[in-house]
Amino acid sequence: MIRADSDIVLEVHGLRATVNDIEILKGIDLTVRRGEIHAIMGTNGSGKSTLAKVLAGHEAYRVTGGSVVFEGGNLLDLEPEARARAGVFLAFQYPIEIPGVANSHFLRLAYNTLRAQRGEEELDPLEFEDFVRDKMKLLEMNPDFLDRGVNEGFSGGEKKRNEILQMALLEPRLAILDETDSGLDIDALRIVTQGVNRLANRDNAIILVTHYQRMLNHIVPDYVHVMESGRIVKTGEKSLALELETRGYDWVSGERRAAAGV
Amino acid sequence: MSAVLQNLVNQPYKHGFVTDIESDIAPKGLNEETIRLISAKKNEPEWLLAFRLGAYRKWLGMEEPKWSTVRYPEIDFQAISYYSAPKPRKKLNSMDEVDPELLRTFEKLGVPMHERAALAGVAVDVIFDSVSVATTYKQKLAEVGIIFCSISEAVHMHPDLVRQYLGTVVPVGDNYYAALNSAVFTDGTFCFIPKGVRCPMDLSTYFRINTEESGQFERTLIIAEEGASVSYLEGCTAPRFDTNQLHAAVVELVALNDADIKYSTVQNWYAGDENGVGGIYNFVTKRGLAKGVNSRISWTQVETGSAITWKYPSCVLLGENSVGEFYSVAVTNHHQQADTGTKMVHLGRNTRSTIVSKGISAGHSHNSYRGLVRVAPTAAGARNYSQCDSMLVGDACSANTFPYIQVRNHTAKVEHEASTSKIGEDQLFYFAQRGIGNEEAVSMIINGFCKDVFQQLPMEFAVEATKLLGFKLEGSVG
Repeated sequence: MIRADSDIVLEVHGLRATVNDIEILKGIDLTVRRGEIHAIMGTNGSGKSTLAKVLAGHEAYRVTGGSVVFEGGNLLDLEPEARARAGVFLAFQYPIEIPGVANSHFLRLAYNTLRAQRGEEELDPLEFEDFVRDKMKLLEMNPDFLDRGVNEGFSGGEKKRNEILQMALLEPRLAILDETDSGLDIDALRIVTQGVNRLANRDNAIILVTHYQRMLNHIVPDYVHVMESGRIVKTGEKSLALELETRGYDWVSGERRAAAGV
Repeated sequence: MSAVLQNLVNQPYKHGFVTDIESDIAPKGLNEETIRLISAKKNEPEWLLAFRLGAYRKWLGMEEPKWSTVRYPEIDFQAISYYSAPKPRKKLNSMDEVDPELLRTFEKLGVPMHERAALAGVAVDVIFDSVSVATTYKQKLAEVGIIFCSISEAVHMHPDLVRQYLGTVVPVGDNYYAALNSAVFTDGTFCFIPKGVRCPMDLSTYFRINTEESGQFERTLIIAEEGASVSYLEGCTAPRFDTNQLHAAVVELVALNDADIKYSTVQNWYAGDENGVGGIYNFVTKRGLAKGVNSRISWTQVETGSAITWKYPSCVLLGENSVGEFYSVAVTNHHQQADTGTKMVHLGRNTRSTIVSKGISAGHSHNSYRGLVRVAPTAAGARNYSQCDSMLVGDACSANTFPYIQVRNHTAKVEHEASTSKIGEDQLFYFAQRGIGNEEAVSMIINGFCKDVFQQLPMEFAVEATKLLGFKLEGSVG
């Protein structure tokens, strides 16, 4: 594929979206290149999780304006499953439980769907087991995870590890981690962030959606964006996150109000 | 509910065709003459006619039960024809002589007859309307002393056994529909496993209702003597009709000391169209008597069809240490109604029962679990575990759980768990985000939900049940 700027993984321009006819995203601009890690921060209700879900194609959200180009193609034209197969991965803030469906079955189906997409042969259960066990070591996961129902009765930390395991299996071009740090104790946070760091490379890109800067002590972002009322209101480097930590989100809002002369 | 979900659950009925076979139909209406006609057509002994007439007189004095949640227009019992039989050209000696039209029907249904039956190791006693047309494997079963035949045949060949057990588990006056069945049943299955014999194969019967407005009154009787065991499979489909058809079967199971009966059902009768027009009324009485010490009766059912399903396969646990089990999946869609569950009646000491019920409602359907656990004063040390889970697909359906628990012995232990969940956009989105499309997602969610029940089914039935739920809730490819 010929692209003007082949470095760009994701280009969001003027993105607007509503849920139940209430506008949540009010014009988002964001450019993400290969090898970059972007952190999107903001208060509750600022729209950061909505942005994650809109990019993944959640049905409850309606895009009312703007464009999203992913790897040179119009992402908004694709169904959620096609976006996933094209390489957009969302680590859920609240991973869904699917009782009675073995985790190994679910993971294998997801992985084989991707292989089929790439024109590769599917792995049978035994081949897959070897493959997935290697990936699980990365996240210090007990092999009995495979036999349990998908997220069924998992602790918060186990659910988040299971999300990152799926990221490891599916090797997305763009991984969006939606508050992956929430509900994690210190050890789990270390394991999960180590896993993410090992998965980050020059060819993929990561968007971290987070409320707190503590995750950014482990995963160092190239850019930090602050969202407020459905817009990115400030962009900076890692130091911006530290400044937010000490001065609070009010500081950004206050600065904006001052700039606007309110 | 999203358009995707709507499409997934709104698959048309796949077995909706009518076979054109000349039928021998009794005139509509029910009176003593009708009963004498049925009995005469079947060349029955005097005692059976007396049994029928006794039941009919009880029925006349009974009232239709109204306590369930199911709603339907009043049934005109005089507008039903109580006997219908395909006219055989002559006495059939082999499958080759069976009406080819009939064979084609079986083929459409995928019934594993003759060679297919042989390959699968399943003996199929095929019921077509009310008369048995063919029985396979009878010879092989006879070698170990197992009797597996139509109940009409059993009446002639093994009258003492039939007379000894018929109506002992479900008495003629047990309930309104059981009384009706006892009066007018036309055919069904008889199965006898003698002392110490473990049935070498699963026994299977496919039922098929074929004549419009002919009530179906099947009668099944299974007896397992001391130390005997049997696994019996009952699978059903029916052609598409707009007129409601009443089906009121009675199934009786008797397990003596150390005997084990496993009864599995997959039911996919015509459920009516998406507006709730037509469909079968399935008002069934199924009961097993765990009569002997250490005996065991296990019901597994996958109920996907019928406009109305109203049944409670039950266990009477009389023998000391006897065990009763009930595993159920009930799926309703469109305007279907299901009021189903079980009764576990603990009479003997140290009797145990397990209930696992999974209800799935979609469309505008109503799905109720209703179950009774009764521990009698004599049932010291009795134990019960019940788990009743409901799953809702969409916003217009409903699910209810009515557990009745009556404990009259303080040493008994009874546990009940219940849950309700919903297939929502979020679950489907989770699958989609991992590249898995909606159809496959729904199928996985449903199969995961039903796993505890499906793993109780014999292998081939489990495959069939999984497919059936697929048809019902997700549609097939192509």
